[in-house]
Amino acid sequence: MTSLTPETVVETSQGVRGERQGKLILRRFVSNKLAMTCLVLYVLVVVFSVSAIGFGPIPGWWKHNYTSLNPQLNGGAATLSVVPEWLGGPGVTLGEHPFGQSRIGVDYFAMTMRGIQNSVLVMLIIGGIGTLVGTVVGAIAGYYRGWVDSALMRITDIFLVIPALVIGAVVGRTVGGLGVWVLATLLAFVAWMSIARLVRSEFLSLREREFVEAARVAGASDLRIIFKHILPNAIGVVIVSATLLAATAILLETALSFLGYGIRSPEVSLGRLISDNQSAFATRPWLYWWPALFIVGLALLVNFVGDGLRDAFDPRQKRFKRRKMREHVEQS
Amino acid sequence: MVSYILRRILVSILILIAASFIMYVLAANSGDPLMDLRASNAPNAEQLIAARVAALDLDVPPPLRWFLWLSGAAGCLVPFADMCNLGLTISNAQVTTILPTAMWSTVQLVSVSLVLAIILGVIVGIVTALRQYSGFDVSMTFVSFFLYSLPSFLVAVLLKEFIAIGFNNFLQVDPTLSALAVIGIGVIVGLIWQVLIGGNFRRRLVVFGVSGASTAALLAFLSATGWFLQPSLGPIGLLILILALAVGTVAILSGLSHRRSLIVAGINAAIAYVCYFALQGLFDISSLGTILILGLVAVAVGVGIGYIFGGNDRAQTMKVGGIVAFGSAALVLIDRFMQSWHTYISLPRIANRPIATVGSSTPGFNNDFWVTSIDSFTHLLLPTVSLLLISFAGYTRYARAGLLEVMNLDYIRTARAKGLPERTVIVRHAFRNMLIPIATLVAVDVGALLGGAVITEYVFAIPGMGQLFNASLQRVDLNPIMGYFLVIAILAIAFNFIADLAYAVLDPRVRVRA
Repeated sequence: MTSLTPETVVETSQGVRGERQGKLILRRFVSNKLAMTCLVLYVLVVVFSVSAIGFGPIPGWWKHNYTSLNPQLNGGAATLSVVPEWLGGPGVTLGEHPFGQSRIGVDYFAMTMRGIQNSVLVMLIIGGIGTLVGTVVGAIAGYYRGWVDSALMRITDIFLVIPALVIGAVVGRTVGGLGVWVLATLLAFVAWMSIARLVRSEFLSLREREFVEAARVAGASDLRIIFKHILPNAIGVVIVSATLLAATAILLETALSFLGYGIRSPEVSLGRLISDNQSAFATRPWLYWWPALFIVGLALLVNFVGDGLRDAFDPRQKRFKRRKMREHVEQS
Repeated sequence: MVSYILRRILVSILILIAASFIMYVLAANSGDPLMDLRASNAPNAEQLIAARVAALDLDVPPPLRWFLWLSGAAGCLVPFADMCNLGLTISNAQVTTILPTAMWSTVQLVSVSLVLAIILGVIVGIVTALRQYSGFDVSMTFVSFFLYSLPSFLVAVLLKEFIAIGFNNFLQVDPTLSALAVIGIGVIVGLIWQVLIGGNFRRRLVVFGVSGASTAALLAFLSATGWFLQPSLGPIGLLILILALAVGTVAILSGLSHRRSLIVAGINAAIAYVCYFALQGLFDISSLGTILILGLVAVAVGVGIGYIFGGNDRAQTMKVGGIVAFGSAALVLIDRFMQSWHTYISLPRIANRPIATVGSSTPGFNNDFWVTSIDSFTHLLLPTVSLLLISFAGYTRYARAGLLEVMNLDYIRTARAKGLPERTVIVRHAFRNMLIPIATLVAVDVGALLGGAVITEYVFAIPGMGQLFNASLQRVDLNPIMGYFLVIAILAIAFNFIADLAYAVLDPRVRVRA
């Protein structure tokens, strides 16, 4: 029970000193070990994938790239080994093709790394643009209310009627060949609805608060009130749902690529690697496991980071814990 | 309330029309519907192209063509007039004739997974909230985050490769469990039970030992008697299960000290047990309709008995009566299905490999109601599980967060302060308010499930609506895409509507505003 008291004390004493809320939130997030570990791991994965095969002008250290064909070695089997020799294994070695080779001989490690890059890119673009659109729509609807609100929310409803995967498939069928950037940007325009709803409800309650009234009396313009006064107070909702949107984005992109509507050849997507190789599951399972591991891994890391952010912004859910712990302390 | 409902329906129709326009224009611009003909070297390719352009009105620009489609679709609103016209597919079939066959398996898949996900999610959510920060809670949190991050195509492929093939091999080669498996399952079951029951260390240890050992013993017995090839509950097993159900329902809903509930549950259990013997003859010649009617009668009898013996607490006893009657009727049915299991797996086409990985039924299969039902059960089991797992995570999280939130409110403290037992506080006071966020989640989740069905049907090759959409989009076959869109949009709107009504039922404040 010792861990309980210092944290609470620090929080309250800082609050009394009038520390900025942003710092408090940051401290809460940094002290969340799980979320921080996930954030660090995520950054490491991204840096690793970019440094391995390079990205744009950045050169990579790995000898193969994700398009050129290589002679099939050992039936394309994965050469990565972590069992040292003194345990009877082939030693800790990368080998020529650590993740094996695809059926036509492309280095699978390079393909997987390229898939990770594309997934992260899609995640960032959809998360960024989707959040931007959703926030603007939600902010305007919630601030102006009345017919503006009804019109914008009906538009949101119209998009919500069509499942994201269905409209995403149609969009992907249209622009999938135009590259990752275009695909992700357009997918963002079918993924902003939930954020718009959340931001709107946040704005609806915040606009009735006294500080907004004060700003209005002081003569602030609508734009200033929206962006300078209300939005900073709603930023928690925005950031948390942006992270969760990013996690949904990677699943959406891989699912679309799996169905053949996402990223197309010669570009690589983790989802397409799986759909290309699902028939080879019994004979060459590594073609399936590596992309699967990274899809789940990336989504899981982002989800944990999002959860950590939610706890940092809104520690209310912890109340029950404190109460229970106090009871526990009193009993013992 | 009526005006509210009417307004909602009107707005929904407008939204549906607007969404159909967006979908139509997007889908029409997604590719070239004449692609296959342009690439073909058939001597009459020119004529074929002209014919298709004429049949599908491809010379009309998409926004205007949408009006043609809409006027045909509007005919569907006129009942019994047979004016429904959703256009032709590329291969000249009427969309209205191919939609209904495709619709059935998808609606079945989505609604069964939705209902099961809600029930399981709420149960697990309640348990994790009540045992917050226990091992079970922490592991369920990890599991649900994992499921959140798991794309449905991965789950589907994994289930296919491991569960289906593994179980079939188990049944075909050697349908007995090894000692290790028996002990392992016993330990896991014991661990789960000790968390559920809770209490101090000694009590948990006893619960762990008893439940683990009895599970292991039961499994060893089942394995030794070849139960997996010829399963049945039998009169004794059924009696035990029905009694356990009756006692469990009473214990959870109203407490064993509530005599009237106990009486109602007992009478219902007895009726169900007698029916088990009386109805076997009727079951042999039953169809789906008979079963549905019997089920309705069972629930009606259960609620009726609750009403008669309810005294001053009718709502409670009626609930208990309905649940016990429904549950024990389901047990009797399960027993009857089990009796047909052996017939099913020894059919030459099944040959002890019952879990199918492709399709929604064995093609050309013709047998009595029970065996046919088992056939579609074994086909839809894995797709349903793969859909269910994904939305299950969401319901667990929402139910857990909801209950934790409610348990902090003042009225719960009041209820505790006046000395109510914890069970009453949770079941009668907290439970209803906990369901409010769940109602909102349902509306969002239906869209995700319908989207997920596209992938699941693709992986398991089920000829449902998702497959129809997928195949049509590949060929830019506009009319079936729009037919698919109509069905899922109406489903999504309907579930939204049900969720809103549930919201109004659960939360009186909403009712006032409406």
